[in-house]
Amino acid sequence: MEFYRSHVLVCGGTPCVLEGCKGVRDALIAEVKRRGLDREVKVVETGCLGPCDLGPVIVVYPEGTLYQKVRVSDVPEIVEQHLLKGRVVTRLVGEAPQAGVVKYEEPTYLGVQERIVLRNCGVIDPESIEEYIARDGYRALAKCLTEMKPADVIEAVKKSGLVGRGGAAFPTGLKWSFTANADADQKYILCNADEGEPGTFKDRLILEGDPHSILEGMAIAGYAVGANKGFIYVRGEYVLSIERLGKAIEQAKALGLLGSNIFGSGFSFDVEIRKGAGAYVCGEETGLIESIEGKRGEPRIKPPYPGTEGLYGKPTVVNNVETIANIPPILLNGPDWFRQFGTERCPGTKVFTLTGDITNKGLIEVPMGITLRRVIYEIGGGIPGGREFKMAQTGGTSGGCLPKELLDVPMDYFTLPEHGSALGSGALLIMDDSHCIVDIAECFMRFFEHESCGKCTPCREGTARLHEIVAKIARGEGKPGDLELLDELGSVMQVSSLCGLGQAAPVPIKTMLKYFRDEFEAHINDRLCPTGTCGI
Amino acid sequence: MEPAAKSAGVCPAKVSEILAKYSRRPDALVSILHDVQKEAGYLSEEAITEIASGLDIPVSKVYGVATFYTLFSTKPKGQYIIRVCENAPCHVLGAKAIVEALEKELGIPMGGTTSDGKFTLEYTSCLGVCGVAPAIMINEAVYGNLTPERVPLILKEYK
Ligand SMILES: Cc1cc2nc3c(=O)[nH]c(=O)nc-3n(C[C@H](O)[C@H](O)[C@H](O)COP(=O)(O)O)c2cc1C
Repeated sequence: MEFYRSHVLVCGGTPCVLEGCKGVRDALIAEVKRRGLDREVKVVETGCLGPCDLGPVIVVYPEGTLYQKVRVSDVPEIVEQHLLKGRVVTRLVGEAPQAGVVKYEEPTYLGVQERIVLRNCGVIDPESIEEYIARDGYRALAKCLTEMKPADVIEAVKKSGLVGRGGAAFPTGLKWSFTANADADQKYILCNADEGEPGTFKDRLILEGDPHSILEGMAIAGYAVGANKGFIYVRGEYVLSIERLGKAIEQAKALGLLGSNIFGSGFSFDVEIRKGAGAYVCGEETGLIESIEGKRGEPRIKPPYPGTEGLYGKPTVVNNVETIANIPPILLNGPDWFRQFGTERCPGTKVFTLTGDITNKGLIEVPMGITLRRVIYEIGGGIPGGREFKMAQTGGTSGGCLPKELLDVPMDYFTLPEHGSALGSGALLIMDDSHCIVDIAECFMRFFEHESCGKCTPCREGTARLHEIVAKIARGEGKPGDLELLDELGSVMQVSSLCGLGQAAPVPIKTMLKYFRDEFEAHINDRLCPTGTCGI
Repeated sequence: MEPAAKSAGVCPAKVSEILAKYSRRPDALVSILHDVQKEAGYLSEEAITEIASGLDIPVSKVYGVATFYTLFSTKPKGQYIIRVCENAPCHVLGAKAIVEALEKELGIPMGGTTSDGKFTLEYTSCLGVCGVAPAIMINEAVYGNLTPERVPLILKEYK
């Protein structure tokens, strides 16, 4: 494989073809060769770059300089000045030097939405690396590799205030620094795309819509911590994600954006896909590592944490898909830019998946700290069928349930826990007043009993007993004392379970007991369902 | 281990070919099981033994992994595996009625396989298509926004 210090992308979209881009491309190839640069500079024809009224357009990377209305007669000057001497040919950049290349400073507004993670989703052809590059793709990687030291990269991520979007909200920069500081002959970057939290499908859509952003983010992480190998662990059910990622990896390798000596920097990075086989607990980072090692995906005892002792015992960064998708824009635009979104304590945006009894279901990206009320009524279009809002579960099945009194709580990683819930993966399940609390609680508890891996006793036994007690109440066989038992058992599980699965399983039930206790009591004491829907 | 039908499954040469593709690395076990199952439809006792000896690891280890993950099966299954999500987002939007419609239409309970070996009906955890809940997956195809009325129409495509 060959490596190039510069790439000249020639737009091959129809409007540019009509303006003669093929001739420009051929002239560029010939001139680059004539000046003996053909081993350093690669000329590539791409899909549409956007500014079709300015064609033919070309972009020179890694700088990202866009030249417009380029004629065959301009080619020798571009090669001589820009590619040989590193000077921009100003007469060809026009008034707005980056016309048509969308900058992050001008985000696309969709109602209250703010798009950082989803910047390219639905905007570019995800199977085209050129389209990704035309939207500043791989520029952050180029910047890191050519202008920044690994420590600067970590510092920038730390300063951005980015915390992990996989649920645990651990500060990403700090996590990277543990692995960077670990002394080892081999380190790894793992992208967690196991996405098993019920109600969550954001990672799937990010991977399907913008696979290159994940490869770029992982390569940056690799550079920052000193890892040259990455794995993406994708759920086996995500057929299209796996396919698109596979294509993206091949494309990036072909352009020398993955592989050895990227941008001539001496840094090498490779990515492989690993397919999951259906186990929620494999989303837990050490379960995921066990699974990649070819074992049962049972979580390990921590410490040691993966940051110092992870995959094959080597220091390993594990990050969620959405966390990684935030990395390129943070590095490209700087931490201060990132901090203008969201809240002081929790900067940036959050991708949520809206499900349940809500008019507009789907994927949204909003500033961190937005209230549930705004999401439901301004973006989600409210509750359909003329019904009333009853509760929302935030953070997926491992999260808590909030009643209508808490509709104005800001949703971020620190405020929701104060109310017993969690932001988690960003799943928002909205439920209207037709649902019986006990019936929903049983559904939640069935999930955890099924997904507990059985390694530790508090979770294996606890999830089964929680389900058993709730199922009894649902059948009208509850007894006084059951609710206290649920509470106590839940508290024991929270402090004694090995991993987050057993620790989180009691969260939904505890919040339901806190905010909807009377409904449980009606089932136990009066053998009656206040909503009349659960068939007791 | 469940005694599996001896005739079904995958031939040793095929297993050997798959193992070679992964350079007989034990850490590729999950990928190997994916490939063998794709070939044979399920992971038979013979296949598991073959994999274990090929990777030079205990049979119990291969069996342990094969039974840990829900996408793997050590028993033969129907030609079409219908995976039904009954997690909260699907539950809230009526997954129960979908389960009942499927059971009625196929004449088998959840977990069962039709006598002609065509369909297996089973629960799955969240499929990650909750925006179109309730949802099911038939082999690799996902169907969303289901109603009990649509169930027979979808099954017709496979009958
Ligand atoms: C039972 C369980 C399931 C999890 N599932 C996922 C998952 O599907 N995706 C994910 O990114 N993190 C998941 N996590 C969190 C990971 O353990 C880990 O914190 C995360 O991948 C770290 O990445 P981040 O710092 O970028 O969030 C899960 C945790 C537990 C306890």
